[in-house]
Amino acid sequence: MNKFYKNILGGKAGIIGLAILAVLLLVVLPSSLQIFRLNLVGKYLTYAFVSVGLVLLWGNAGVLSLGQGIFFGLGGYCMAMFLKLEASDPITTKIQSTPGIPDFMDWNQLTALPAIWVPFKSLPFSLFAVVAVPALLAFILGSAMFKRRVGGVYFSVITQAFALILSLGIDGNQGLTGGRNGITDLRTLWGWDIRSESAQYVLYFVCCLLLIGCILVGRFVVSSRMGRLLLAMKDREDRVLFSGYDVASFKVFVYCLSAAMCGIGGALFVLQVGFISPSLVGIVPSIEMVIFAAVGGKMSLLGAVYGTLAVNTGKSLFSENFPQLWLFLMGGLFIAVVMFFPNGLAGLWESARARLSRLSPRSGAAKKIIPMPAMPQASNLVETEPKLP
Amino acid sequence: MLAYSLSEIWSILIMQGFSGLSLFSVLLLMALGLAVIFGQMGVVNLAHGEFMALGAYTVYLSSQLTEAYAPGFAPYYFVFAIGIAFCVAALVGGLVEWGMMRFLYKRPLDTLLATWGLSLIMQQAFRSIFGAREVTPTLPEWLMGSFKPTETIDIPINGVFVMALSLLLTAGVTLFMFRSRIGLRTRATVQNRAMSEAVGINTGLIDRFTFALGCGIAGVAGAAFTTIGSTGPDSGSRYIVDTFLVVVFGGSASMLGTIVSALGIAQTQSISEFFLEGTMGKVTTLMAIVFILMIRPKGLFPSKVRS
Repeated sequence: MNKFYKNILGGKAGIIGLAILAVLLLVVLPSSLQIFRLNLVGKYLTYAFVSVGLVLLWGNAGVLSLGQGIFFGLGGYCMAMFLKLEASDPITTKIQSTPGIPDFMDWNQLTALPAIWVPFKSLPFSLFAVVAVPALLAFILGSAMFKRRVGGVYFSVITQAFALILSLGIDGNQGLTGGRNGITDLRTLWGWDIRSESAQYVLYFVCCLLLIGCILVGRFVVSSRMGRLLLAMKDREDRVLFSGYDVASFKVFVYCLSAAMCGIGGALFVLQVGFISPSLVGIVPSIEMVIFAAVGGKMSLLGAVYGTLAVNTGKSLFSENFPQLWLFLMGGLFIAVVMFFPNGLAGLWESARARLSRLSPRSGAAKKIIPMPAMPQASNLVETEPKLP
Repeated sequence: MLAYSLSEIWSILIMQGFSGLSLFSVLLLMALGLAVIFGQMGVVNLAHGEFMALGAYTVYLSSQLTEAYAPGFAPYYFVFAIGIAFCVAALVGGLVEWGMMRFLYKRPLDTLLATWGLSLIMQQAFRSIFGAREVTPTLPEWLMGSFKPTETIDIPINGVFVMALSLLLTAGVTLFMFRSRIGLRTRATVQNRAMSEAVGINTGLIDRFTFALGCGIAGVAGAAFTTIGSTGPDSGSRYIVDTFLVVVFGGSASMLGTIVSALGIAQTQSISEFFLEGTMGKVTTLMAIVFILMIRPKGLFPSKVRS
C-alpha cells in the first residue's frame, strides 16, 4: 500500500497534481463548457494519450518516434471498422448492390466483406485489437530496429517513413480502407447512439478516466526499477549495455506500451469525433503530436496533458481568428521549446514554484522541490541491483 | 500486349528507362544537399524541402523581374537565376546555422523538431508572400520541347537538362570535398573534431560553411525543378521523406552511396509504378527500402568513422 502511495501516486506532490488534473477534467470543464466545446476538449484529450506515451518513450527512454500517428490511426481504424460494420447492416444498406457491406466497399465494386474485416464484427475482439494491433506492430518494428541498435535520428527518420507508408497505403486501398475519405458515418456502439449528447458526455468521462489510468501506468513504469534503467540508457546507453542489461528489450517494451496508449487514444478519437482518415496517420500529425509532449515537458506525464490541451486550444483559437499566423506560431513554438524551454510547461512550473518557495519564509520546502527528476544515477544502479533476467 | 510491335516495345523500354533516369537525377539533386549536411555533420535538416522551394521561388522572382525590366535578357536569365538561387539559399542557410543550429549540435533529436518548426515558418512565409497558388516561372525557349530520335521515341529536353545539372553538381561537390582546401578541412572536422581544432581549423566556421553549402545545393535543386513542375508553398515538404531515405539508404557519409541509392530507388519506383497503381508502387518502394534498412541499418555504404 505504501509502495502504491509512493510510486504510483507519486507521494503528496504527485497526488495533488493528479487531483488538480482530475478536478479540472472531470468537474470544471464539463460544468463550464457547452457540449460542443467539451467534445472538442475530448478530442484533444485523445491526443494526450499519444503525448503520455511519448513522455515515456522520448522523455524517459530517449527514443524519439516521429510515427506515433501510425498507432493512433491503427487503434482508430480498429474501432472504426467495428462501428462501420454495425452501421452497415443489411436493412439500412439495402439500396446497395451488395447489402450488408460498408458503403465505400460497394462503391468500389466489392461483393463480399474482405477477410480482414470479418473478426471486427465482434466488439470484444475489436476492443482487444485497439490495443493489440498497435502494440504488435510496435513489437515487430521495435525488435527489428532496436536489436540491430538502430537509434537516434535513424530511428526517427525510419518511423517517419513508416507513417508515410501507412498513410499512402490506406489512401491507395480504397476498397479495403475507405481511401482518403477514411471511414465515416459511424452511428452506434452495440445499439447505443454515440452521436447523442448524453453519449458524448459519457464518452468524455470515459476518455478522462482512461487517460488518468494511462498516467498512473506511466508513473508506475517511471518509478519502477525499469524506469531508472530507461533513464540510464538515455544518458549512457553503452554503459548500461556493458553492465549486462538487455537494452533493446527495454526499449521494445516502452515502444509497445506507448503504441498501445496511442491505440486507445485513436479508438476514443473515433468514438467522440465519429470518423477516421489517413490524414490523422501521416507525417504531419505524427510530428505535431511530438510538439504536444514537448510543450508540456517531455519528462512530465501530467505536463503532457496540459501541453496537449494548450497547443490544441491555441491551434483552434488561432486558426479560427488568424489563420495566417498559426503556422508561424506553431513553427516558433517548435523552435522556442527546443532552444529555450527544453522542459516545457512542467519545467516553467517547477522553476516558478522553486522561486516562490524561496521567497516564502518556509524556505525548507524549496529544497525538496528543486532537484529535477532527470538525474539518473547509473553507477549506483549498476552496483546495487542484481541482473534482471 | 500483342498489339505492340517490336519497335514500339523498344520505344517503351527506352522511354521507361529514361523516366527512371530522370527520377534518379531528381532524387540525386534533392539528396545531394542533404548528403552534405547529414553526412558531414550528422544534422537532420527537416527544412531541406523548404530550402528547395526557396530556390524555386528565387527563380520565379527572377523570371518575373526579367520580364518586367529586361525582356531582351529572357533567353539567358535562367542560368543566372540558378546561381542566384544558390546564393539566396546558402545565405539563409548560413543565417539559420548562426541563429539556431549551432546551439543544437549536441542534441540531434532536438534539431529534428527545431528544423521542422523552421520548415513550418518558411512554408507560411512563402504562402504569405507568393500566395497559396502554385507558380511557374516563364522558361526560356531552349528548355521547352523534346528530342525525337525516331518516330516513336520522345525525350523531353527539360528532363535532359535536370539530368545534366545533377551530374554536373555531383561531380562538382565530389571534387570540392576531395580536392579543395576547405573540403579537406570539412572532412577533417567530421573525422575528428577535437584534433582538427588542435591543428588550427576553425570548426565552427566549417560547420556554418557546410550547412550553407548544403542549403545552397538544395536551392539549386529547387531551381532545377521549376523546369519540370510548378512550385507551391508546401511543395518542399512532399520530397522530404524520399530525400532522407535516399541519404540514409546510401549510407550517411558516402557520396557514392547516395548516387547508388538514388539510382536504385528511382529504378525500383519507376518500374513498380509501371506495374502497380500509382500510390501502391510508391508504398512498395518505400517498404523495400525500409526493410533493407532494417537489415543494414547503416545503409549500403556505411562510413568507417568512429563516433
